[in-house]
Amino acid sequence: MFSLRINGKTYSVDVEPETPLLWVLRDTIGLTGTKFGCGMALCGACTVHVNGQAVRSCVQPVSQVVGKVITTIEGLSPDAQHPLQIAWREGDVPECGYCQPGQIMAAAALLAKNPNPTDADITREITNLCRCGTYPRIRQAIHRAAQLAAKA
Amino acid sequence: MVLTKEMDRREFLVTTLTVGGGFALALSFPWNSAEAAANAARIPDKPWESLVGKNETEINPWLVVAPDDTVTIRVAQSEMGQATFTSWSKMICEELECDWSKVRAEYASVNRHFRENKVYRRMATNASGAVRISREYLQQAGASARERLMAAAAEVWAVPRSDLTVKDGIITHVPTGRKLRYGQVAEKAAAIKLPQEPKIKTPDQFTLMNKPTPLLETPLRVDGSVTYGIDVRLPGMLYAAAKASPVFLGKVKKYDDTKVKNRPGVHAVVEFGGPDIEAGVAVVADSYWHAKTALGLLPIEWDEGVHGEDTSEKFLQMARAALEEPGAQVVVKKGDPEAALKDAAQMVEAVYELPYLDHAFMEPLNCTAQVTADRVDVWVGTQRPEEALLDAAKLTGVPRANIYIHNCFIGGGFGRRNQNDDVRQAVMIAKQLDRPVKVVWSREETTRHGYYRPMRVARFRAGLGPDGMPVAWINRVIGIDQNPPADPAQTIRGLHQVPYAIPNQLFDYHLRQTHVPTGVWTSVGRSQNEFYLESFMDELAHAAGKDPYQYRRALLDGNSNFPHAKSWVKVLDTAAERSGWGKKLPEGTGMGIAIGDGRRPGVKEITICAVVATVSVSKKGELRVERFDVAMDTGPFLVNPLAAERQVEMQMVMGLAAVLRQEITIQKGRVVQSNFHDYPLLRATEMPEIRVHFVRATDEPIVGIGEEALGWVAPSVCNAIFAITGKRIRSLPLKNHNLSTGAA
Ligand code: FES
Ligand code: FES
Repeated sequence: MFSLRINGKTYSVDVEPETPLLWVLRDTIGLTGTKFGCGMALCGACTVHVNGQAVRSCVQPVSQVVGKVITTIEGLSPDAQHPLQIAWREGDVPECGYCQPGQIMAAAALLAKNPNPTDADITREITNLCRCGTYPRIRQAIHRAAQLAAKA
Repeated sequence: MVLTKEMDRREFLVTTLTVGGGFALALSFPWNSAEAAANAARIPDKPWESLVGKNETEINPWLVVAPDDTVTIRVAQSEMGQATFTSWSKMICEELECDWSKVRAEYASVNRHFRENKVYRRMATNASGAVRISREYLQQAGASARERLMAAAAEVWAVPRSDLTVKDGIITHVPTGRKLRYGQVAEKAAAIKLPQEPKIKTPDQFTLMNKPTPLLETPLRVDGSVTYGIDVRLPGMLYAAAKASPVFLGKVKKYDDTKVKNRPGVHAVVEFGGPDIEAGVAVVADSYWHAKTALGLLPIEWDEGVHGEDTSEKFLQMARAALEEPGAQVVVKKGDPEAALKDAAQMVEAVYELPYLDHAFMEPLNCTAQVTADRVDVWVGTQRPEEALLDAAKLTGVPRANIYIHNCFIGGGFGRRNQNDDVRQAVMIAKQLDRPVKVVWSREETTRHGYYRPMRVARFRAGLGPDGMPVAWINRVIGIDQNPPADPAQTIRGLHQVPYAIPNQLFDYHLRQTHVPTGVWTSVGRSQNEFYLESFMDELAHAAGKDPYQYRRALLDGNSNFPHAKSWVKVLDTAAERSGWGKKLPEGTGMGIAIGDGRRPGVKEITICAVVATVSVSKKGELRVERFDVAMDTGPFLVNPLAAERQVEMQMVMGLAAVLRQEITIQKGRVVQSNFHDYPLLRATEMPEIRVHFVRATDEPIVGIGEEALGWVAPSVCNAIFAITGKRIRSLPLKNHNLSTGAA
């Protein structure tokens, strides 16, 4: 039995210690916004925050995140009004959308430590894959979100 | 432990106050209720559920009007990134004259489609058909609904229809200024029959289409609420991890389920296989992780059949040999190409070779199914829901009327999700269980059990006259498929009607068979055929000592037999002008050009597209595609230019990833590649600038835009490489070539 703090709520889950956080989120708890893409930390579709850091949950054993603050796309903002989500809507960033929760979570972690990232910061820090090639729109939306957050 | 969204949100407001640090950003932004309202769900987050309430009125199967004037559109296409919910709604609302801000969209019911005699006409999402095939009947459905709503208002007021106007769903009686809303007359309208169907608008009359429209699909995709097939959750649902025969067409010899039966959460071990279902074994458990880990420990012995030693290298040898074999199917024969070749001033010959490719979308394959004695439910993202239903009926014996295909959003399809092999497998697994089961394929399984873009070998021989212009053209293509198709359209399209003026021509093909499953891959044949056709044109231009753009232009201009020649020239010129073709470029940088159209045998519509790639190659051979200038014919209209532009960009990215590094190879009868490390996608750092230049080059509507640019990525890039390095690329991917031109 592990006690997990996810999106401000406490969950008790009965899983093996090595179970990846991804599957605990998706199957045990039902938070399916976090996506499975590769299972090998290659694509970033499964990105969540653990204590504010972007983490690829498909290779993150659940036993190691006990007592830490976990945030998923569902918990990024109560009403989908995170500056990134606003910017993402403004720019119609997603194509098929499957990689986008991971992209947004990676971007949110970046903005939290670097409120005004350069293009170079973005391409260095966000290595999530997008099959549909939304990279330029993602970059633009991150700049826009930085602006929105500064104004707020 | 399933939470509703409401609970989540309330909970969040309380609990986030205690969380500090990095989350301050999320909390500091003011809540903006106006925007939230605008973003309220206009598409159901569980796409198979209807938004329509009891008091709403269906005017026709395509649309429902609510008392508050909300219009719900039924979408009979699958959404996998094309923004089809938006485009489909636009085609209907163009005529409906309702308030676009009150439009919602949901999937049309596949079950109803069958129960009501194919009421949605065509539900397949492929062949660039969404606009080409559906637009007119969707406009008609919108126009017809509008006229019935107007007739209802005329009846209420007892006035002639001709005294009424409508805008944004508000009907005005012009002489008196009285007004009625759609929502007020919907019920009456539903009972009205029109004496005759209204005329629909022509493209020059469009007011909603042809303008960029923000996508209805977006809001659901930024907060994790959209449900892809892989996200389906049902009460009592089990999870399955499946492994199909690593060697295609193999069989399960035996497996030892005692090794995994007692592992945590495992419920069952079941077999699957049969016609059009690759044989294999699945472990069913209470979570995917339990199922997957148990499957990994399950000893399975396979009967590999006769293909256990096959390799893609062997297939290549077979195809090369076929170039010399007699009996080829002749597609084009004009003049006497052999004689003309002999007499030509110069002969150019080249053989091109292309590997198998996978679709490599982000959402691994999956399907959820529940089978009972008298009802089947399937939740899946499929491009062909009708066939999914028929397959489920065949496998279970349950009547069609009791089969429900709940289509989901799709995390990329690109042609792969036409196949429904995931559906057949899941139905077969679910048949052996008394509860719903979600079958999830690992990334490895998804990569190794594709329906791949076929391998190809093509040979071209051309004779040039003293002026450098071609006088003879001999082309043979070898198509390689698992089941050689009766209709070889993929193998021949584009090559079957060379647009350039060449007096003597022969084009023929052979089909050869291997055990590797093949299927369509965005652009259906063009990504192969255009690679060699437009690369070879470049070879001819260089052999003639001419500029590749001007060479093509002259051959188009001079071709009075090609009806689209003038339109092609316009698109070609646009690409050349906008890219700065001919301008001096820095050392190590060059441009390549390619052009074509989306012609398919038997389809009259085309989309002309020309691409100029600006590429740099260092002396060490490091390649960077700097920019694509894409000139795209729009015809008289685009449904949504915003979505169209993104579709073009997606194709450039898909094409470039394939050009750079992607290939599926076969060893010991099975696929070598497995995941994104050995089948890499394009990375953000490799993303070129993409400039899409829309140009109206034809008066007829285009064939489509979702796959009509991809074909020209490979030849434009490879032609640029030749311009820089003098190295002619005749096989892909580029990772197999050394592009270095010296030290440094
Ligand atoms: S699923 Fe975790 S990185 Fe791909
Ligand atoms: S939007 Fe489709 S994978 Fe990124």
